[in-house]
Amino acid sequence: MIRPDAPVLLEVSDLHARVEEQPILKGVNLTIRAGEIHAVMGRNGSGKSTLSKVLAGHPAYTVTAGSVSYMGSDLLELAPEQRSRLGLFLGFQYPVEIPGVSNLEFLRVSTNARRAQRGEEELDTFAFEDLVRERLKVVQMDPAFLDRSVNEGFSGGEKKRNEILQMALLEPLVAILDETDSGLDIDALRIVADGVNQLAGPENATLLITHYQRLLDLITPDFVHVMAAGRILRTGGKELALELERTGYEWVDQELASLGREPAEVL
Amino acid sequence: MSTATVGDLVSQPYKHGFVTDIETEKIAKGLSEDVVRLISSKKSEPEFLLAFRLRAYRQWLQMQSPDWAALGYPPIDYQNIIYYAAPKQQEKKASLDEVDPKLLETFEKLGIPLSEQKRLSNVAVDAVFDSVSIATTYREKLAEHGVVFCSISEAVKEYPDLVEKYLGTVVPSNDNYFAALNSAVFSDGSFVFIPKGVACPMELSTYFRINSADTGQFERTLIIAEEGASVSYLEGCTAPMFDTNQLHAAVVELVVLDDASIKYSTVQNWYAGDEHGVGGIYNFVTKRGQCRGDRSRISWTQVETGSAITWKYPSCVLQGADSVGEFYSVALTNNYQQADTGTKMIHVGPRTRSTIVSKGISAGHSSNSYRGLVQIGPKAVGAKNYSQCDSMLIGDQAGANTYPYIRSQQPDAAVEHEASTCRISADQLFYLQSRGIGFEEAVSMMVSGFCRDVFNQLPMEFAAEADKLLALKLEGSVG
Ligand SMILES: Nc1ncnc2c1ncn2[C@@H]1O[C@H](COP(=O)(O)OP(=O)(O)O)[C@@H](O)[C@H]1O
Ligand SMILES: [Mg+2]
Repeated sequence: MIRPDAPVLLEVSDLHARVEEQPILKGVNLTIRAGEIHAVMGRNGSGKSTLSKVLAGHPAYTVTAGSVSYMGSDLLELAPEQRSRLGLFLGFQYPVEIPGVSNLEFLRVSTNARRAQRGEEELDTFAFEDLVRERLKVVQMDPAFLDRSVNEGFSGGEKKRNEILQMALLEPLVAILDETDSGLDIDALRIVADGVNQLAGPENATLLITHYQRLLDLITPDFVHVMAAGRILRTGGKELALELERTGYEWVDQELASLGREPAEVL
Repeated sequence: MSTATVGDLVSQPYKHGFVTDIETEKIAKGLSEDVVRLISSKKSEPEFLLAFRLRAYRQWLQMQSPDWAALGYPPIDYQNIIYYAAPKQQEKKASLDEVDPKLLETFEKLGIPLSEQKRLSNVAVDAVFDSVSIATTYREKLAEHGVVFCSISEAVKEYPDLVEKYLGTVVPSNDNYFAALNSAVFSDGSFVFIPKGVACPMELSTYFRINSADTGQFERTLIIAEEGASVSYLEGCTAPMFDTNQLHAAVVELVVLDDASIKYSTVQNWYAGDEHGVGGIYNFVTKRGQCRGDRSRISWTQVETGSAITWKYPSCVLQGADSVGEFYSVALTNNYQQADTGTKMIHVGPRTRSTIVSKGISAGHSSNSYRGLVQIGPKAVGAKNYSQCDSMLIGDQAGANTYPYIRSQQPDAAVEHEASTCRISADQLFYLQSRGIGFEEAVSMMVSGFCRDVFNQLPMEFAAEADKLLALKLEGSVG
């Protein structure tokens, strides 16, 4: 839902970032207001995951220029855990397995960290069990997953559902979902999309990174951005995604060439 | 960006590194037959004990320092060590009111309050400072149950027959180089005797504190559980930060008769040296228990976090039929620490069973080896062993090794060995952090998850301690 007067939650300006010595993001601009759903599309290697990890504060990436303001404060100054506590959420493209750490305990500590930031009381194990059981319904997950180690031995789809469960518990203001739809079968896709739709509201915003129209058929974006070579090349409405589905990314090469870049550099 | 690295996290200052300024009686540096005699006479020991010491000393002179462990250190100059140091107070005091307040303060600072009002209500403590025991709490209350808990020096005076009967019967004085040295010069340590049929009504615990520089600590502990008796015993240790290395060579002997059990837990936090590997304790320890009786049981649990060098293999000799030996270990090394630790399970009797769970965590430039022997003798029909050795690496400079030795003379014995290695990755930490969990808590969640099977074996009061201790030791190690 687009409301021009809605507060800006996230403002990315001319963001440049590198990993080791290699520049990846080369001037990203993006403004996200409360209530909006954004989709970022683009070829593999165009920098989508890098953008999401830089926003979440992954230590492997160094910001070399530009700024990001989140809820009016300088996001890049905050430690990753503070970003989460303040309501920024990243659903990972590849959630890692953490053997030995109980999923239930992990979810509880994480939820309590966010609650403490919001001035809410800490949930003990019993109160948390009640909450988590209710939120499990959002993703139609079996409670048995709570007793396992974080993501350990989960199938690809189960990992993605566990991500959405975390999102449901943390109630983020800005949720970035990096290819949460990749590798899901139709049923799982529908469950994940329903979950995202249930959690989306006028106060928060969602940034979906995806390759597929089939997700955007279920979650209607207000804006679609096309990323290439570390920047957002074009922004449009939901029809831009449909156009991409028809024409592919050929035009991207031409546009980049006209910007004086070699297609090879795009990957 | 305000992101801590695991490196920062592992390198937290050692919290027990202070020195107590107290007048100390020390003998001159160096080791000789005269020094052995001097130690014995200072303790007014009976003849049998002097003879035991002298025999051990002569054996030691003939022995070589072991070189098979994966440890590197310069040769130890045994003439440059002080073999006896004691705070100047004439006798061990009958009442705590008479103990030098500086000593009480020291232990209080270490979290071991000894005074009546503050002490832990269900744990009796023997406090050993350098070479002597300065106080043992709850002695009288334990005596009501027939339990003897005192320093080994007192036991030599008050229960010489028991000491003579058992001392050196589990770890003979010539067992190994360090056991021989200890047998010659041991200073103090704890003595526990649980009579037939008695379940010890409280946790027993000894806290070892090295205070003087240049002083070696050679403690000796002897625990006996008669038929049907049981006890849980915990040992803790710390030392000040000195930039020289100090030698600690202890011997612990456990004897368990029919249907009896001893649970022996250690939280070892000797000074480990600084981040460049300067200073720290050389810890060469021989711990062994003998399940002499049928259906007897010994369980070793150790959390090894300190020392520059750890050489330690708490073992079980399973003689009695159906006896059980257990070894649960967490060994954490950081910076330039080296640990070569594990266990020996010697199956002698029929249907004896043993379990080994070892968790090694290596960070910094440290080296951490598990070395374990499972031996099944010809009479150990139906013997069973299960071993699990897991290593966790933090950063990419640390090393972990596993050396399991299995010797079986029993074709139908069941011996099972599992091993795994994992690494705390930056991506795992980032995942936890991106869910609002601070860096240190993230590391400690992963480490304590890894160690859970061992921590579950610790007495309740100490499990949380162990968790915190590991987190502290790891400050600054993942990058
Ligand atoms: N940690 C990293 N180390 C080295 N190269 C990286 C790293 N992360 C990303 N890259 C490189 O950055 C580029 C963009 O990757 P990524 O952001 O994952 O793209 P996308 O998500 O759009 O497929 C790729 O060329 C990728 O190889
Ligand atoms: Mg990606």
